[in-house]
Amino acid sequence: MRIALLADIHANRLALEACLAHARSQGTDRLVFLGDYVGYGPQPNEVLEQIMAETAQGAIAVAGNHDQAVANDRDAMTPDAETAMVWTRGQLGPEARDFLASLPLRFEDGTRLYVHASPQTYPPWIYIRESRDARRALEASRAQTIFCGHTHLAALHGITATGQLVSFAPVPSVPVPLPSQRRWLTVVGAVGQSRDGNPAAAYALLDTTTSEITHFRVPYDVQAAAAAILEAGLPPALAARLRKGL
Amino acid sequence: MRQTTIMPGASLDGFVVGEQIHRGGMASLWAATHPDISFPLLVKAPILSEGTDPAAIVGFEMEQMILPRLSGPHVPKFIAQGSTGIQPYLVLERIPGPSLLARLPQLPLPWAEVATLGARIATALDSLHRQHVVHLDVKPSNLLTRPTGETVLIDFGLSHHDELPDLMGEEFRLPYGTAPYMAPEQVLGLRKDPRSDQFALGVLMYFFVTGVRPFGDPQRLSGLKRRIWRDPPPPRQLRPDCPPWLQEIILRCLEVHPAWRYPTAAHLAMALQHPDQVKLTVRSEKLRQDPFTAVLRRRFADHQLSIPKGKIPARHDGDAPILAVAIDLSPEAAPIAELLRSMVAHMLPALPGARVACLNVFKLGRITLDQTVDDQGRNIHLQRLVELRHWAAPLDLEEGRISFHVLQSPDSASAILQYVNANHVDHVVIGARASSLRRSLLGSVSSQVAAQAPCTVTVVRSRRMRKSDFNQEPEEQSDVPWTVG
Repeated sequence: MRIALLADIHANRLALEACLAHARSQGTDRLVFLGDYVGYGPQPNEVLEQIMAETAQGAIAVAGNHDQAVANDRDAMTPDAETAMVWTRGQLGPEARDFLASLPLRFEDGTRLYVHASPQTYPPWIYIRESRDARRALEASRAQTIFCGHTHLAALHGITATGQLVSFAPVPSVPVPLPSQRRWLTVVGAVGQSRDGNPAAAYALLDTTTSEITHFRVPYDVQAAAAAILEAGLPPALAARLRKGL
Repeated sequence: MRQTTIMPGASLDGFVVGEQIHRGGMASLWAATHPDISFPLLVKAPILSEGTDPAAIVGFEMEQMILPRLSGPHVPKFIAQGSTGIQPYLVLERIPGPSLLARLPQLPLPWAEVATLGARIATALDSLHRQHVVHLDVKPSNLLTRPTGETVLIDFGLSHHDELPDLMGEEFRLPYGTAPYMAPEQVLGLRKDPRSDQFALGVLMYFFVTGVRPFGDPQRLSGLKRRIWRDPPPPRQLRPDCPPWLQEIILRCLEVHPAWRYPTAAHLAMALQHPDQVKLTVRSEKLRQDPFTAVLRRRFADHQLSIPKGKIPARHDGDAPILAVAIDLSPEAAPIAELLRSMVAHMLPALPGARVACLNVFKLGRITLDQTVDDQGRNIHLQRLVELRHWAAPLDLEEGRISFHVLQSPDSASAILQYVNANHVDHVVIGARASSLRRSLLGSVSSQVAAQAPCTVTVVRSRRMRKSDFNQEPEEQSDVPWTVG
C-alpha cells in the first residue's frame, strides 16, 4: 500500500492540488493529512472542502495547532500568524469549524502513528528540530513508525532498541528504506508554506510493501499563491516568504 | 535464540542453500541456487548471538539498504532479501574465484601487474562513487575478479551512501574500518569522502609493490593516527625498480589531505593507464622518509588534519570531470578547431578540477603497412602530438591537467568512442564542420559519437547561414579522405 503524507497545507489551494495530483500519479492508495489546514494562506474554505471530501472517502486527518487556534486563542502566535488567524476565523462557516473541531490529535493506523507535531501531549506543540527532540518523541511512543509535520522541514530519525539514534535529511525523490530493526520518526515537509529556501511544495510517500519512504518536492504556481495572499488583504510578508520558501 | 536456521538443504523462499563457504565474526556465507536463476548465488546472514559485535547487525542493515541500489559489473548483483523469522539474510550473485587475499603470499608483485590491478580497482571505485557510495573498507579480501576481468567490490557493511541514513556513522564513536587501509580522515570519523577509498587503494598498491604495509597494522587509535603526520618510506626505497611515475601515483593516493589526492577515482584510473602522461613531482623522486624535524612540525603544528564541516559531495565528478576534446588538425578545419578551443576555454573556469584529454585520430589504412609507411606513420604521429600541444597552448593548463593522445584507427568515431569508454571520460567536445560538401561524412563522426558515447557530448559547429543563403551543392557520398572534426 502507498500512503501519501501531507502536512502544513496552510490554506494554500494550489500547493495542495499540485501535491494531490503528484501523489495520485505515484499510485497512492491512501491519503493522510497531518494537520494545519488553515492559517497563513488565503484559501481556508477551498482547502477544507477538499480535505472534507477526501476524509469522506477514507482519508485520515489529524488536527494541527492552527486548526485548534480557530476555536480558541490559547496559544501565542507570531503577529503575522495572529493577523492571518483572525482573518481565517472570519472566513470559516459553521461546517468548516465543526470539521476542524472534530479532528483527533492523533491517529493510530496499525503500527503507524500520525500526529501533527509530536507524540507527546499538548500543549505545548513541540517542534522536532534536532536529534534530541526526535529522541524524546520516539521515547514517548511505542509506534514502529511515527509521522508528523509542524516544523515545515523534512527529516528522518531512527532509533534502535538500545537507544542508538540516527538522524538524516532526506534527499528529494530518493526512496529511503526503513529497516524494521529500528523505530522511525518521519517529519514531513510543508505542502503550503515551505521554509527551507526552496518554494516548492513538499510531501512524503510511504510504500508499506517495500517499507520505503520517499520525500517529494512538487513545483506549483507560487506567484499565483502569493498574489492571492495579497488580494485577500493578508500581511504582505506572508506573500514574500512564500515566494522565497522561507 | 537459535543462532541460525540456515543450513545446507534448507529452502529460503525458493533459494536452496548449499554448503557454508565462510563464517566470520560478522556474517556467515552460504552457497545457494534457485531453479530460475542460471548463475551461482550466495546467501549472506549476519551472526546474531550474545556478544556479537553490534556493528555486525548495523553493517548488515547498511548492506540491506545499499546493495539493492547498486548496479554494474563492479558489484555483486543483488537478488533478494528476506528473513527466516529471526534471521535476516541477503541473496547475491556469487562471484567465483578467490579474493586478492590469495595473492598475499606472492608479494611483492611485478610493478606492472600492480599498476594494471590498481587501474581495475580504481575503475570499480569510480563506478561505485558515481552511485553515491563510498566503500570505506577497500582491502584485498573485499576485492574479487570476474572471469571477464572486472574487479568486483564486496561487503558494503561499512559503506556510506550519500542519499541514505548513515547508521554506521551515527552509532559508533570509534572509527570502523580495517587498520592498515584506513584513510586519515576516516580515522578521525569522517565517512563521506570518496577519496578515502583512493587512500586505501594507495595502501594496497604500496603493499603489493613492496611487500610491506606502509603504515603497518596498528591495533590502537593512537597508532592509527600516526599516519596523519608520519609518511611511509617511499616505495622506491624498498623496491628500486618501481618506476617514478608509479611512486608518484601511490604517494599521491597516500596524501594525508583528501584534496591532495586525485579529484576522482576516474582520474586515478586514467593516470595508471597512461604512465607517460603522469606529471612527476617531488613525490616521484623521494627516496627516503621526511626528516624527523618535518614530522615533528606536522605532529604539533602546521599540518594538523581537521575535519571539514558540512557536506562533502560524494561525487567529485561534478567539478572534476574528464573532458575529451576531439580535434581535427587539417588546415581546412582550422576555424572549427579555434571554435573548439574557445568553447573549452569558456568551460574550464567552471570546472576547476577538470582534466582535459586532447584527441586526434590518425587514420590508418586497413591494409598492413610496410616499413617505410610505418616510419612515415611514426613521423605523422609525432607531428600530430606537436600540433595538439600547439592547439592547446592558449588554454594555459598546467601539466597534469592536460594530456595529448593520437589515436590510430581506420575508423575515427569508434577510436574516439573506445577512448571515451576506456578512460572514464565524462564529457566529449567535438567539432562538426559546416561545409556542405563533407558535412554528411564528417557529421557522421560527431553524430556517431554523440549517439553512442556513454556520457555528455557537446558538438561544436560554426553558426550556419540560412538555408536560402546556400548554393545548393549535391550531398556527395564520396570517399574523400578526412580527419575527425
